[in-house]
Amino acid sequence: MSSTSTTDVVGSAPSGDPVGRSLTTPRPRYGERVVLGLLWLCAGVSVVTTIGIILVVFVEAFALFGIPGVSVVEFFTDTAWRPFTGPESEQFRLGVLPLLNSTLLITAIALGIAVPLGLATAIYLSEFARPRVRRTVKPFLELLAGVPTVVLGYFALTFMTPVLRSVFGADVVPIFNAASAGIVVGILIVPTIASISEDAMSAVPRALREGAYGLGAARQQVALKIVFPAALSGIVAAIILGFGRAVGETLIVSLAAGNLPPPDVPTADPFQQVQTMTAYIVQAVGGESSRGSVTYQSIFAVGALLFVLTFLVNLIALRIVRRFREEY
Amino acid sequence: MAVSTPARPREQGTRGFRAPVGDTVREKFTQVVLLLGTLVAIAVLAILLIDIALDGVGGLSLDFLTNYTSRFPERTGIREGITGTLSLMVLVALMTFPLGVGAALYLEEFAPRNRWTRLLETNINNLAGVPSIVYGLLGLSVFVFFLGFGRSLITGALTLTALVLPVVIVASREALRAVPREIRDGGLALGATPLQVAARQTLPAAIPSIMTGMILSLSRAIGETAPILVAGAAFSRRADNEPWNLTEGYTAIPIQIFDFVKRPQQEFQVEVASAAIIVLMVLLLIMNSAAIVIRNRYSRNR
Repeated sequence: MSSTSTTDVVGSAPSGDPVGRSLTTPRPRYGERVVLGLLWLCAGVSVVTTIGIILVVFVEAFALFGIPGVSVVEFFTDTAWRPFTGPESEQFRLGVLPLLNSTLLITAIALGIAVPLGLATAIYLSEFARPRVRRTVKPFLELLAGVPTVVLGYFALTFMTPVLRSVFGADVVPIFNAASAGIVVGILIVPTIASISEDAMSAVPRALREGAYGLGAARQQVALKIVFPAALSGIVAAIILGFGRAVGETLIVSLAAGNLPPPDVPTADPFQQVQTMTAYIVQAVGGESSRGSVTYQSIFAVGALLFVLTFLVNLIALRIVRRFREEY
Repeated sequence: MAVSTPARPREQGTRGFRAPVGDTVREKFTQVVLLLGTLVAIAVLAILLIDIALDGVGGLSLDFLTNYTSRFPERTGIREGITGTLSLMVLVALMTFPLGVGAALYLEEFAPRNRWTRLLETNINNLAGVPSIVYGLLGLSVFVFFLGFGRSLITGALTLTALVLPVVIVASREALRAVPREIRDGGLALGATPLQVAARQTLPAAIPSIMTGMILSLSRAIGETAPILVAGAAFSRRADNEPWNLTEGYTAIPIQIFDFVKRPQQEFQVEVASAAIIVLMVLLLIMNSAAIVIRNRYSRNR
């Protein structure tokens, strides 16, 4: 609160004021308190959102296990995912492992593409590029980060898949496959990994570089042997955040990777149709599923798993980022 | 007023510094490899844009913008998608602006430094990392069923608002933080209350950057497919969406693109889909240019 000045107030006290309003304490402004309360509520909306998400996802997910014929243990251990027949059917199996396997397969391919490209970009921009090159390259990376994922899904299906089919043979590569989707998801997360890693490397103190230069190191030695290791925790955080984005990616995988959970789990074959957790959610929502049905509730069970996975990943990444900030 | 936006402190000193010579061959090699790595992503972006332009430009026409979706590729349009996307944009902007700016003002100007505030901040950062499809689940369960809004425009708008709100809050906080301390101190020294300072000095000084952040967040919202796909957007409606018809069904351009790509006919999958992509990308380009124009005009004025 601003303090009212108490000097030079001789004779300025309002004479007709029986209460004798104090000049040292400000007049209470009730309107302001209301406004402050409203601002506080605005900030609270984000907490409500979080609580809402957690409640919704877990309450609806637990409802799945209340349905007769569905078991929690099988959900986490069964190696087949055939939810659409209904629990009465012989065919019905509800094990999430195939979906998890698909998600991790796509994510692994994506990181295999994005980590080398993202780190090369970060090192080049942070240590080698002239300011003009930096200014030219960065907007393009931002543009890439801003391309809607449905557009990248279209690109994966209509461009990347035909390219893969002509390189490896159409009999080896099916139309829907993990490789095509994984590569494009990788391209999608290059900007994420590049920009966070670059921030980490730019934050390495100048003294470290100067010390190395003073000892006669060349620029590439400084970049790779001094700056890169010093920024490693930030770089790890960048990769973890990229991992989180790849796990939650929806449109690219549901357009290009297909809708068939892999029959054999675990699998690492990139040239097969897979169905990730996110792709299942999209597929199951598309069918008219009523509340309380296995299909409807399973959407949330899969969503809960996705939420827990990405939440943990982000928490770890934030921790690491915070720690590396404190170092310097 | 001379308001500058101090970027985060960065070590700029060694950039442009000429390293000692001696191992030029290896140095050049490293540099070329890194440059190539940098160019891959940009090359893919270029291929993507060219590919879509070549595929889609033939399908673009005035009819494509004004016709409703049809079973026949030569007669189809994305009118309901365009009106849906614009309606969502208006509604999301109306909801996120007050909420986002209010939350940012509270956190940046008034919040006490205590546990509750730290929890709020961690929470907002974590929300920004939640996959967008999870917001769709929130929309499906809470807005569609629990609150009984059904698969309506307001459901879509609320879902997207929940999605971009953390981004808007973070951007607005950065804008407020960039306003120099002196402006606040000056106001306080003249006897204004903290709220008066925030409302009449700090916020107006930060508004252009806040607007930039808002527009960028909105462009992210209208490019999103997964959350509204889950929260009940329809593939086609054959009717216009209007921002005031909150309880009617809705669709949006990204949803229609998804639908076109999924259709079995080649014409839909390639020509129609990429024509719709061009429309969406042009819309995003316009919004991003607007954001850049606001940012530039603002920094020139100071």
